[in-house]
Amino acid sequence: MSAFVQYTLQGLAAGGFYALSALGLAVIFGVLGVVNFSHGACYMLGAVIAAVLLAEVGIHFWVALLVVPVIMFGVGVLIERLLVRWLLQLDPLYNFLLTFGLALVLVEAVKRRYGVSGLPYEVPAGLSGQITVAGVGLPAYQVFACLFSVAICLLSWLLLAKTRVGMIVRASTEAPERTRALGINVGLWVTPVFGFGIALAGLAGVLAAPFRAITAEMGSNFVIVLFAVVVIGGLGSILGAVVAGFLVGLVEAYGVAYAPAYAQIAIFVLMAIVILVRPSGLFGREETA
Amino acid sequence: MPERTEVVTSQPRAGAPRRPLLEVVGLSAWYGEAQVLSDVSLDVGSGEVVTLVGRNGAGKTTLLRSVMGLHKQTRGSVTFEGLEITRRTADARARLGVGWVPDDRGIYATLSVEENLLLPPVVHEEAWPIERVYESFPVLHERRDFPGTKLSGGEQQMLAMARVLRMGARMLLLDEPSEGLAPVIVQRIGEIIREIKGQGVGVLLVEQNVKFAATVADRHYLLAQGRVVEHLDNRQFQDRESELLTYLGM
Repeated sequence: MSAFVQYTLQGLAAGGFYALSALGLAVIFGVLGVVNFSHGACYMLGAVIAAVLLAEVGIHFWVALLVVPVIMFGVGVLIERLLVRWLLQLDPLYNFLLTFGLALVLVEAVKRRYGVSGLPYEVPAGLSGQITVAGVGLPAYQVFACLFSVAICLLSWLLLAKTRVGMIVRASTEAPERTRALGINVGLWVTPVFGFGIALAGLAGVLAAPFRAITAEMGSNFVIVLFAVVVIGGLGSILGAVVAGFLVGLVEAYGVAYAPAYAQIAIFVLMAIVILVRPSGLFGREETA
Repeated sequence: MPERTEVVTSQPRAGAPRRPLLEVVGLSAWYGEAQVLSDVSLDVGSGEVVTLVGRNGAGKTTLLRSVMGLHKQTRGSVTFEGLEITRRTADARARLGVGWVPDDRGIYATLSVEENLLLPPVVHEEAWPIERVYESFPVLHERRDFPGTKLSGGEQQMLAMARVLRMGARMLLLDEPSEGLAPVIVQRIGEIIREIKGQGVGVLLVEQNVKFAATVADRHYLLAQGRVVEHLDNRQFQDRESELLTYLGM
């Protein structure tokens, strides 16, 4: 029983990384119509920047948690302004290819600079031990990562659900053309939304840094799972991205614990079942005639 | 209002007592290689309701989308309140006071009824305050916290019209508002159109329901294969109703 609780926590912590990143992916897809294949690389970049900041500047985890998303927001703004923007008028496939290429470039650049072996990152002081909940010992960092992800998802939800900016983002996500025809300059929101999405991926990277091996390739598999998350949740659904993120984290953790050989397959089996039963995903809107 | 019996007016009416609110001159539009509008000219005055009548595929919706700035492959000019807006974006046109009510009503599922109303910026001093919207459409007040698409078809049509009135649109582009709705609701939509007409708002109405069109409109343009083939005032239109019904295949 205590093992099961531990796996569940592991799943929720990993699910938090998926949820945060998928949230960013969903918002970017919604407002820009861009399937950002470089999202995994941005997650990796978040972790690498955190590790470099710690090793070379001495900026520790708690500060990185704030600084890295700000840096990644800037990276996102640059990517959107310098690259993505020019292809927005074309077939979405072009931006898919562009961000795919960008991911390769980012991964190779990190490899050249920092090699292929993992960068070290210690669990921050104060979170290195175990905490005991109802007689079950749990790694404190995982509890923190899980709660922190949930908190950020909730904050993002509040931002989206309760503010005017959120209302405009939701409207643009649902129907960009119609939203323009109602007097909203959707283009004005494109850059900050892209930056916000990338910042979330970077934040997930920082959270993952003490928990995962930090390598140039850590985002490559991550992004594939991320697409499964977004499909399961329902393309374009923000709530779906979050719920499916945690769900996939759990499936993966139980898979690793109880059937290691099938852990990766389990996610895609789940995806296949969801697509068969509900083609538009768990929270996706049904196609309307 | 002076009798107008002239056919297609491709020239702006020089010396007319007032400048039209909306003026479309020589508008052509394409989808790729296929031309869907050819040299269409029309105008709508303040407080005037003008319909576009024609069969499916005649280009009515494309015309509205072109006026809104949503259809890009066009030639010709669109002038609104004396300002040429041909090269302006859709959102800029909306902020000048052009209100679009699309044929699918365009209600957001991810926004509540109230958010649907509050989304567009207020662009004119005569915009309806939200209280007035709720007074005119009590059902929207009752359901203000529901997701927009939980409303019935008729209620969604009300919401779509109320939304652009709250924005303060001076020109409404209404795409088949009566389609698929019960007669009592169509009647209510007619009342609303007459009410906003009284406030000097212009309405360009795409309508297949000839009987309904005759109850609200001042003038009618008949569109066939992307061209204006007839321009009738409402009396001529009513006189030829049965002929028009046959022509439209109804």
